[in-house]
Amino acid sequence: MSEEKRKDAVQVTVEFSGGLEMLFEHQRKLQISMAKKGEEVPNVAELVSHLCNDVMKDSRKDLFVLDGTVRPGILVLINDADWELEGEDQYELQEGDNILFVSTLHGG
Amino acid sequence: MPPTPCALCKTNRALIVRPKDHSKLCKACFIQVFETEIHHTITANKLFHRGEKIAMGASGGKDSTVLASVLKTLNERHDYGVELILLSIDEGIKGYRDDSLETVKRNAQQYKMPLTILGYDELYGWTMDQVVEQVGKKGNCTYCGVFRRQALDRGAARLGVKHVVTGHNADDIAETVLMNLLRGDLPRLSRTTSIVTSTPSAASSDPKSHTNIKRSKPLKYAYEKEIVLYAHHKSLDYFSTECIYSPEAFRGSARALIKNLERVRPSAILDVVRSGEDMAKLVPGSDDSCGGNCANGAPAAEEEEGGCGSSNGRTAGGEMANMEQQLAQNELATENGLEVEITAGAISGQSHSSGTTPLRNREKKTKNKSEAVASRKPPKQVMGKCSRCGYLSSQEVCKACVLLEGLNKNRPKNAIQVGYEAQDTDNADSMATATSRLRNVQIQAD
Repeated sequence: MSEEKRKDAVQVTVEFSGGLEMLFEHQRKLQISMAKKGEEVPNVAELVSHLCNDVMKDSRKDLFVLDGTVRPGILVLINDADWELEGEDQYELQEGDNILFVSTLHGG
Repeated sequence: MPPTPCALCKTNRALIVRPKDHSKLCKACFIQVFETEIHHTITANKLFHRGEKIAMGASGGKDSTVLASVLKTLNERHDYGVELILLSIDEGIKGYRDDSLETVKRNAQQYKMPLTILGYDELYGWTMDQVVEQVGKKGNCTYCGVFRRQALDRGAARLGVKHVVTGHNADDIAETVLMNLLRGDLPRLSRTTSIVTSTPSAASSDPKSHTNIKRSKPLKYAYEKEIVLYAHHKSLDYFSTECIYSPEAFRGSARALIKNLERVRPSAILDVVRSGEDMAKLVPGSDDSCGGNCANGAPAAEEEEGGCGSSNGRTAGGEMANMEQQLAQNELATENGLEVEITAGAISGQSHSSGTTPLRNREKKTKNKSEAVASRKPPKQVMGKCSRCGYLSSQEVCKACVLLEGLNKNRPKNAIQVGYEAQDTDNADSMATATSRLRNVQIQAD
């Protein structure tokens, strides 16, 4: 995950909290590098599917992604802003972005 | 996308989209608005009075952490003049509660509030780990729920506190409303929508001096999403976990339904809460017909039982299990012919039956006998002491003692207990015979 900065990739910080970190081996913070496809910049949807398919080792994938998108009840904050303000999963990742996934589904 | 300015201050960048009205707010305005709304809930419902000592049920989770933070802020800002303390219950589940209790301890320091931690072992002689060892993972949530309910009351009584606030939020209430709706249990629906409930309890120092512990939910109209965002933007220290004994709870279907509805139509959650309140007003003899503002709120007895872990209702798996038990209990009630007896003239005020049939019959009776309506008065709760532990109970032996007896005899009697418990909040005279019949079943089962 800690690849060198490359021009053909976007490096973002991904954080998990609210109990979601349990699905990612208790990791709270990850550096993720998303490759660009030519001029095409990867968006949050692609990041989510990468996290779900390649990063997440827990078999309960549906606790993170349901029906092709982030499970209802999980908040997504892009640089601290609700992703609804940023175009949701169509938001195009920029170098250094912070993407936070917070579960509201867990108890204390 | 260009940054959207805050709808209130028009200067800062909006970071939050409010679920209730889609308004886009900056961090500072959101925090201000969120706190102001809780303040409004508190004042509009007259939840607190000056000089009152209030215990906050604290689990270390997001709801109770936000509750403590907001109440401390508001108490200082608006000079409520209330004394706030933290009360935590340690169920005795290793690897689950340990870490969250550490969070509560940190919170107590951060907020400079006294903290009391009360353990199941201390109260009942059993930790949940030991209970599970005895009864297995299935059905252990019932024990946990019954024990916890009393534990908060006992803790409060021990501290000389008559008011306990909990962190139930709008999502929790909406979830419970839906579940009771799906179950056809309007009387219970009416209780769970009340912002204030009261449960009987006994001061531990003197078992004879009974006191009513009032419970309220200041976050009742707060979205879970906003609670989490508030905690995030104020960098509050909270702990999230799932009870290790109810992994299925995460997939609780009522919860999933609520969250799906929210995504399609965010206002749905508060709409369900409001619908629940309106339906509650239609329930005959409902305490909520006074708008939930009565000094003596609805009895809360069954409301939160079955919830595991921290915030009740979060663990919908436990709730669903409870629901199944309730269904089984309804069958038992039918076998005993309860629905016929329930509808006798004595039905009034706080009679809460769990079956749908009784409710229907009750309405019919009311229509036919107008004098019955005229003479309807809320009955005084006939409360006695549990003959074993002295805890206030409408039964001779309280629920916790029944469960404990089963545990101590190395023979769980979960199923029977539920049928027994069903009558616990029924105080109508007409129930007496049926209840004693059930009690006989209980005794025979012993």
